[in-house]
Amino acid sequence: MAGKVKWVTDIEKSVLINNFEKRGWVQVTDSEDWNFYWMSVQTIRNVFSVEAGYRLSDDQIVNHFPNHYELTRKDLMVKNIKRYRKELEKEGSPLAEKDENGKYLYLDFVPVTYMLPADYNLFVEEFRKSPSSTWIMKPCGKAQGKGIFLINKLSQIKKWSRDSKTSSFVSQSTKEAYVISLYINNPLLIGGRKFDLRLYVLVSTYRPLRCYMYKLGFCRFCTVKYTPSTSELDNMFVHLTNVAIQKHGEDYNHIHGGKWTVNNLRLYLESTRGKEVTGKLFDEIHWIIVQSLKAVAPVMNNDKHCFECYGYDIIIDDKLKPWLIEVNASPSLTSSTANDRILKYNLINDTLNIAVPNGEIPDCKWNKSPPKEVLGNYEILYDEELAQGDGADRELRSRPGQSLGPKGGRSRDSGRTVLTTWK
Amino acid sequence: MLQEESDLSLVIAQIVQKLKGSHLYAQLERQAWGSWEKRILKSLNSMCTELSIPLARKRPVGEQKELLNKWNEMGTDEPDLSLFRPVYAPKDFLEVLINLRNPNYENGDSLSFRTHLGLIQVPLKVKDIPELKEFFVELGLTTGQLGIDDSTQVPPELFENEHVRIGQKVLAEQDSAAAQQYVRQGSPTALRAELWALILNISSQPEDILYYEQLKTNVIQHDLLVDSLIYKDVKLTASNDDYYFVFEDYLYQVLLCFSRDTSVLGHFAYNSASPPKSYIRGKLGLEEYAVFYPPNGVIPFHGFSMYVAPLCFLYHEPSKLYQIFREMYVRFFFRLHSISSHPSGIVSLCLLFETLLQTYLPQLFYHLREIGAQPLRISFKWMVRAFSGYLATDQLLLLWDRILGYNSLEILAVLAAAVFAFRAVNLMEVTSLAAAEAVLADLSTLKVMPLLQIFLFATVT
Repeated sequence: MAGKVKWVTDIEKSVLINNFEKRGWVQVTDSEDWNFYWMSVQTIRNVFSVEAGYRLSDDQIVNHFPNHYELTRKDLMVKNIKRYRKELEKEGSPLAEKDENGKYLYLDFVPVTYMLPADYNLFVEEFRKSPSSTWIMKPCGKAQGKGIFLINKLSQIKKWSRDSKTSSFVSQSTKEAYVISLYINNPLLIGGRKFDLRLYVLVSTYRPLRCYMYKLGFCRFCTVKYTPSTSELDNMFVHLTNVAIQKHGEDYNHIHGGKWTVNNLRLYLESTRGKEVTGKLFDEIHWIIVQSLKAVAPVMNNDKHCFECYGYDIIIDDKLKPWLIEVNASPSLTSSTANDRILKYNLINDTLNIAVPNGEIPDCKWNKSPPKEVLGNYEILYDEELAQGDGADRELRSRPGQSLGPKGGRSRDSGRTVLTTWK
Repeated sequence: MLQEESDLSLVIAQIVQKLKGSHLYAQLERQAWGSWEKRILKSLNSMCTELSIPLARKRPVGEQKELLNKWNEMGTDEPDLSLFRPVYAPKDFLEVLINLRNPNYENGDSLSFRTHLGLIQVPLKVKDIPELKEFFVELGLTTGQLGIDDSTQVPPELFENEHVRIGQKVLAEQDSAAAQQYVRQGSPTALRAELWALILNISSQPEDILYYEQLKTNVIQHDLLVDSLIYKDVKLTASNDDYYFVFEDYLYQVLLCFSRDTSVLGHFAYNSASPPKSYIRGKLGLEEYAVFYPPNGVIPFHGFSMYVAPLCFLYHEPSKLYQIFREMYVRFFFRLHSISSHPSGIVSLCLLFETLLQTYLPQLFYHLREIGAQPLRISFKWMVRAFSGYLATDQLLLLWDRILGYNSLEILAVLAAAVFAFRAVNLMEVTSLAAAEAVLADLSTLKVMPLLQIFLFATVT
């Protein structure tokens, strides 16, 4: 097709707009004919809502899956993972193997989580088992660290109790829904500071699952020294790594923005902990990302007009075990430093190269298999078609890591789960 | 530094006057250093007087307790450092070096040196490329290297796996000499911390940990003016660095102890400098009342903390980190800011750099000189800091592997020349010093081993 791609966005960010313009695409409004719409999550809700009756044509692409919230809402993510694990267990899959304490060997990557107020009583039971533990309360529908707080006493969450008088009015609406998770109070510290990992994962299709990992993820450090002491529970600068929060701390630095590249992390860990355990850690991180996607794949509306770039938040504990904290549908495109701007610009660039091949007017019927050369800083994380097809080891990284999961085994499981031996 | 610059040039002019007419070269060194050192001590003293802060004082008990509590997070302290200035920056030191003159030069004795068009005017013996090729033979094209032959495109069976195996064997046998030979080809990241400790003969014995604890106690009990300078330096450099900001607190823990470590004075025995001396108030000039200030005899300059920062990637136990840094300092780093004729001394490195450039890249050299961009003015800061803060950390560590392996800092000068060679095409097009600086402002994407290898072994000479 000879025409230029017509784009729309409701997110006014330069990293996006510069990328569209450099491709010579033409900006239009959403009431005109458009080919590419980079939407906010509010807009996608409207576009795909039953009332809207929006029908996307073959030459239109959007940057979200209609029901992405199955993965990106904290409560639904946990629900889907729990369901996935139970299903695997029922099928007798070796992936669902448990240890002598009843903990999943390979699928225990989300901290113990309950929905409030729905699971309040279950939560209380768990809380009483280890009363000195700390738990983190997070509102289901918010982002950027808003509304999050830590508790270590039941009294602090009285209002979510189902018996509470106020609950019947207030907490039934989904807006007040919270998840409460066991707080990881032994995070891996570097330089005495807590950090989390932000990794970008692009999904072009869920069935078959095809996803890419952006090689240039980063660590976000808290500006204040970490202390598990209870007196600091209220100090969000110690506990929450969201840049939106850290930015307001006194010590926030606008040159490096408290961020490290994943490569720095790798170098540090290899130098101080050794190559094998570092390789194993990174393999596990890839593993949990893929498992989380597999968990939601069956319920995802695999609309062929869609692709999505997720922001995965992962915390590593001091035993070098990674934990999935949450998945963001709309990772921030704001740049806090110059490096940041470059990173996000390149992220969008590489994303567009994969999602909109050759920068030409898209045809959503294409096979969504871009050639290797356009991947840029992405690398294939998991390609279900290839994994099923040639039965060879699926590449994660071009460098050898550690074998993970049931070794050397491959079994088919209703075409969905194919064990891969991680190289 | 602005208000100090006019003072500085006056003093330098005075030094130069004093130096002219002296006859002995060694004496020249000592005088140059002596004058420079007097200058920086004077600066330190005047800072004291201006700010009414003593060079040293005992902390009141309350303050001691507070500092002890804050020991692991001194970075969050925000004392008012606005009135403190670094005592000197590398470029000030460069001016002193530029004005070093061999008294024989003017009598026309060293004719061959007359053709040297660089800034350094001291005719020290430096290696040429054939000699460097021999010295750095393990960096040759036919020898495997980490930093080249471990890239993702190269199958690990070809070099890397075997190299790692050998490294493990060296460590198992605790063979320090073998380790030194081994790291010439680069150290695997997982083995580096141990290999360096082996080469530097650092093993954390209880007495070493105790020694560090004693230094720490010293820091708690006494406050030195120099502490504020260290603090300021860290805030200005490492805290803003993409790689090292994470380790800010470790840097204080190391450097504050370092400035009180009198065992460091020992290195002055083989350093042609002497530690700066101060006198107890009212007893100026009386030797019995002379004290070394700071206690370790080392006055930090702008960027000093960058010597420690890369080591934080390897060692996270404070006393081990401290020992490694101290040993690296007394073996290598001190040479980068003292005047001597040693082949690894900064003067020789500068001359080596300029000679390499002038001999093997004459067009570039002349062009830069012509536009008022003497190459040394740009590369000096890289060499003084051993490239810390300029290269990506993984590359820097590969470079420091070779410093340890060859027990020499000459590689810094060779790398500096190699960088210029690499960017020669762009540099030929610039027409000002500022533009040349811009071309060479960002070294963070450079891969050092290919650069070195190409410059030494693959360039037509």
